[in-house]
Amino acid sequence: MILTNIEQVPGRKILQHYGLVQGNTIRAKHVGKDILASIKNIFGGELSAYTELLSESRKEATDRMIQQAEAMGANAIVNVRYSTSSVAQGAAELYAYGTAIRVE
Amino acid sequence: MSEIIILVCLLTLGYYFGQRAETKHYKSIIERENQLIKLPLVTLKTPPAINQYEVNSALVSGSVVISIDFFKQFIASLKMLFGGRLTTYESLLDRARREALLRLREQAKIRNAFVVLNTRIETASISKSSGRREGSIGSIEVIAYGTALTMTSRRRHNTR
Repeated sequence: MILTNIEQVPGRKILQHYGLVQGNTIRAKHVGKDILASIKNIFGGELSAYTELLSESRKEATDRMIQQAEAMGANAIVNVRYSTSSVAQGAAELYAYGTAIRVE
Repeated sequence: MSEIIILVCLLTLGYYFGQRAETKHYKSIIERENQLIKLPLVTLKTPPAINQYEVNSALVSGSVVISIDFFKQFIASLKMLFGGRLTTYESLLDRARREALLRLREQAKIRNAFVVLNTRIETASISKSSGRREGSIGSIEVIAYGTALTMTSRRRHNTR
């Protein structure tokens, strides 16, 4: 599966468009990590636990998008976009979407 | 009285550790930026015309969650009374963006890319109200992503 965030797959011809595919995941923060993070809020610096958590969840959203594209019979997704929104207090939604296509 | 002592303690701790973390972080950012300066990140969407080689593409991304220290947050909340530039937040966001871009570059470097197309940077504020004051930023997440192009083997047949 080839993913790009431009309108084409460089060096390959697009044969067919399948339409929008998407994947999302909603993650809540761990209480223990939240306490640690609030301590880190005093000293400043990177919150590596959150960085890991968010990139892991983003990967999951991407995987779901890829699964959907595979079910359609696509072999590439173009124009992939990510977005993050906070749904409830302490929970964030990570969302990935793109256009499934078939390339040669 | 004890509240004031705690506040002063937190401010001193925040100032000391925050400054130290920031200086260290900037030093490492500048060092790594110099190492990876040869890999261009562009916001263009059109790939360069290369006919002799086969071009492969892959999505790469880099993200970071970074938090402000107590001292800077305090200063910012004081400044918010009068308005104007919040320089303490400016440096936080600058650090976060540059770090995210560096991680993107590192990812692209692992894949041996020669350019990253359509680089996008997104900022999201997380843990918005888990802090003491309502609406304070606390920590932010920055994600940078783009399409890394790699040249693989020499093209056997001309398709274009």
